[in-house]
Amino acid sequence: MSHPRVAGVGLTHFGEHPERTGRDLFADAGLAALDDSGVDPDDVESLFYGNFMGELAEHQGHQGPLMAEAVGLDVPATRFEAACASSGAAIREAVKTVRNGEADVVLVGGAERMTNIGTPAATDALSIAADDLYEIRSGMTFPGAYALMARSYFREYGGSREDLAAIAVKNHEHALENEYAQLRTEITVEDVLDAPTIAAPLGLYDSCPITDGASALVLTSEDYAENHGLDASVGITGTGQGGDNLALHDREYLARSPATAEAAEEAYDDAGIGPDDVDVLEVHDCFTIAEVLALEALGMYEYGEAIAAARNGETYCTGKLPVNVSGGLKAKGHPVGATGVAQVVALTELLEGRFPHADEVDGETAVAHNAGGTVASATVHVLEVVA
Amino acid sequence: MTETARDGEFDELLDAIEEDRGYYVRCANGHGSLPPRRVCPHCGSRELADEPLPDAGTVETFSLITVATPQFTEDAPYVTAIASFGDVRITGLLRGTDHGDVEVGMTVGIAVEETETTGDRAIVFRPR
Repeated sequence: MSHPRVAGVGLTHFGEHPERTGRDLFADAGLAALDDSGVDPDDVESLFYGNFMGELAEHQGHQGPLMAEAVGLDVPATRFEAACASSGAAIREAVKTVRNGEADVVLVGGAERMTNIGTPAATDALSIAADDLYEIRSGMTFPGAYALMARSYFREYGGSREDLAAIAVKNHEHALENEYAQLRTEITVEDVLDAPTIAAPLGLYDSCPITDGASALVLTSEDYAENHGLDASVGITGTGQGGDNLALHDREYLARSPATAEAAEEAYDDAGIGPDDVDVLEVHDCFTIAEVLALEALGMYEYGEAIAAARNGETYCTGKLPVNVSGGLKAKGHPVGATGVAQVVALTELLEGRFPHADEVDGETAVAHNAGGTVASATVHVLEVVA
Repeated sequence: MTETARDGEFDELLDAIEEDRGYYVRCANGHGSLPPRRVCPHCGSRELADEPLPDAGTVETFSLITVATPQFTEDAPYVTAIASFGDVRITGLLRGTDHGDVEVGMTVGIAVEETETTGDRAIVFRPR
């Protein structure tokens, strides 16, 4: 099977850009990806675009064509919405389209404008990834949902707020050298423990920030990359997606993410690899506990074991299994609809040796994990150096 | 109170809980869920029947939420909990006890009360 190549990548700075419109953010990232790829924009055949809260943040639906227009493309353009996994879902459809031979060149991306509406409205907008009738009306917030899972985890497997704090400290340290990251400040375990509570047991520093930003990838078929002499050594060799009941209370487990496990199994099978073959990961750490749940469901650790990984230094860029070398959602920032693609941007540059810490990370196989809501949606993509 | 059309069987369930005749949806394989349901979310069974909610539930997990949405600003800080009532788990506001006294395993009853911020109806647990 022919694997789509990542021919170009682009990002905006992730941070507080309240006055930048979504279309301006996406144009920035999309044009950067097109320029990076060396592909003739006239060859792009489709746009796959992820966005979650555009109606609430910008009173803007129908964003697919708007974003194609913003980057100067007159092509079919569709928005994908799967909460925080929106652009992970967009990547998956783009990969399938290129593999099927229906297109040789596609643009995939995502954008989110969030800080313009302020923290209370953004908290509200994020919450609607949950079940409106049976969760939101009972006061569930997005941090609250992960707090419910964190407390379940502590009770079932053990672990502490200190263990979670070590994850935040690690991801902040990783972000220090990432010029696109929102929070480039060194923090300590004490800083995390002393920060204001958002949803106990989670505090402010257990949580990703609210972020404006955009991301984009140019994907091409293997033949197109070779026939046009593109510098595109990284391929997406595996794709998987899992689903689950929307409300957390309707899940079999409150401290596991089966949708991630399903997505991972499918993606690993697709790529012909196993969990032991994975060298480096970007996982969906919207909250510190989410990194733990992800690493266990991805098969990197047994259930109950990933809680100690950051504290033990294993998931640092210098450790045996680097996780979120970009800073993750926690420190790089989480412009919701842009996150899945931004993970692939980071991993592509890392495998190509042009990302911060690339000289400290060995290996040619990377995994990107993007999750929506309390992981009622999950996508996993395997990236490998193929040329 | 927000004036909108009723949400069908959700509001019917709240009416029932208010009248102390709460129920849940039970499938042929014994899985519980909340209405409206045509298919069991746990096994896909379409053989569903309403069953009375047990009188008391058990708190499985909870969070003290301090950063709220605009619909809950005046309620904050408040506790949201997931409690199991026999075959079914339910998410609700946990009231009637100090935040520091809430524990996993606590026995709670279920009621419908108004939120402080909007006056909208909400599912509420209180210790028994």
